Amino acid sequence: MGAPEYRNARSVRSCDNRPRVFPTTHRSVLASLASDAAEERSRAYETLVAAYWKPVYKHVRLRWRRSDEDAKDLTQGFFAAALEKEFLAGYDAEKARFRTFLRVCLDRFVADDAAAARRRKRGGDVPRTQLDFDAAEAELARAAPPADPIEEHFDREWLRSVLALAVERLRLDCEARRRPKRFELFRRSYLDDAAQRPTYAALASEHGIAVTDVTNELSAARRELRRAVLAVLREITASDREFRAEARLVLGSDLP
Amino acid sequence: MTWLSDDAVARVRAAASEPDLTGTRYRLVGPLASGGMASVWIAEDTTLGRTVALKVLDEPDQEARTVARLEHPSIVPVHDAGSLADGRAFVAMKYVEGRRFDDFARDATPAARLRAFQRICEAAAFAHARGIVHRDLKPQNVVVGEFGEVVVLDWGLARPIDARDESRTIAGTPGFMAPEQARGESARVDARADVYALGAILQGLLADSRPAKRIEAVRRRAMAPEPEDRYPDASALAADVARFLDGLPVSAYRESAVERLGAWAARNRAALLLVAAYLAMRAAIALLARV
Repeated sequence: MGAPEYRNARSVRSCDNRPRVFPTTHRSVLASLASDAAEERSRAYETLVAAYWKPVYKHVRLRWRRSDEDAKDLTQGFFAAALEKEFLAGYDAEKARFRTFLRVCLDRFVADDAAAARRRKRGGDVPRTQLDFDAAEAELARAAPPADPIEEHFDREWLRSVLALAVERLRLDCEARRRPKRFELFRRSYLDDAAQRPTYAALASEHGIAVTDVTNELSAARRELRRAVLAVLREITASDREFRAEARLVLGSDLP
Repeated sequence: MTWLSDDAVARVRAAASEPDLTGTRYRLVGPLASGGMASVWIAEDTTLGRTVALKVLDEPDQEARTVARLEHPSIVPVHDAGSLADGRAFVAMKYVEGRRFDDFARDATPAARLRAFQRICEAAAFAHARGIVHRDLKPQNVVVGEFGEVVVLDWGLARPIDARDESRTIAGTPGFMAPEQARGESARVDARADVYALGAILQGLLADSRPAKRIEAVRRRAMAPEPEDRYPDASALAADVARFLDGLPVSAYRESAVERLGAWAARNRAALLLVAAYLAMRAAIALLARV
């Protein structure tokens, strides 16, 4: 490592094509939901649902103690209403984080049960996304009952959802770049239960590669994972300020 | 999509937070601290075979260049700075092993606390003399090493005193920020804001005792609401603390004639005792001679 190059750090990075710390190419879903282009709107809707449907479903089950069938309907109905009524457009980044705003909207939606039922009946013309509610139910059954306040539980589920999305993107990225071994090494090192987690030496021997290859692949996977986390956060936040705050929260010390 | 257990969430989050040290001479040992705009890690400098504190920032800042100008035994030295493969910036600093100042103060004697506090003032005074204001002095940013050395860390908010900053950004820590700093009046923040923070640190040191009037006056002057009423810089504050420790009058407190006499007597107790013993002896001899 040479002498400090602080003054030129930015330009050096842009010249050698190193990744930017905060990606700027991913447009916020909130902006995209208001787009005139149907395809962009639809993509934004999918991203929003992918990031939030599990926290929403579990919140309805736990906070409102609704049956699984009711919770399924309310989850679908909530996202459909969000798209149809454009109530997410009322979000003010100065007042709250987007996920907090979304939870407040959800509580209002569920509380107004009669209205929710009407919306569900009218919901035939809005997209009903295929969601794996059975998996969400299995997760609820597997997890211990939440000890923290239910609002914090929503935030924890949000974090889980964001990280799961990022891991999924890492998997798809590794597949697209024909590097399945990279994701496999990552999965064994970070996703497996502690008891089954192998050492680097065991992984190296399992895959017939050197230990340094394992550490290099994992370094690359962590780098790509970080990029994926930031990309997801960029998409599901409304402003640069909110994005930075969420990024600090997810990748910093203050776990939600 | 894979479901992540709580353990997997923690591990994935840690994996995404970890600095990518590929291509550097550092090897990651573990996390040290995190918060705000940066995280700090313990790393091994594989070239020099020493442990360093590696501060990782989302964006490059001026900390490395600022601290590099401040070579002082009570200011953490910067070894290196640059950018990482993941795009973040890093600053490699001396890894200071020791206790946080508030932890140290809990079981130190009052005099030892004040002597350590004086070292903090001297570090700030040194920075002020070189035109730098720290802006985030607090016990959490000071470490007392195993040999009693006092080191001021985290110069991330430091900036030149004469920087023309018209922004309304509030930077600092509530409870230690001077009123003008807490109001976001950046242009008014100078060495006297650090003096206020030092006063707040001193306040914490005096909290569990009934302080002497002179040191309480020092604290009051350091924490005056208006910058004009405070010590002009940390050097003047350090000088008053030193005078207090030596039992001399402090500039922040006008003593009465009786207090002055009492302080003089306390300083010259040994000589006074000798004179008193001599006089008592003379009186005894005179009494015996009469008998």
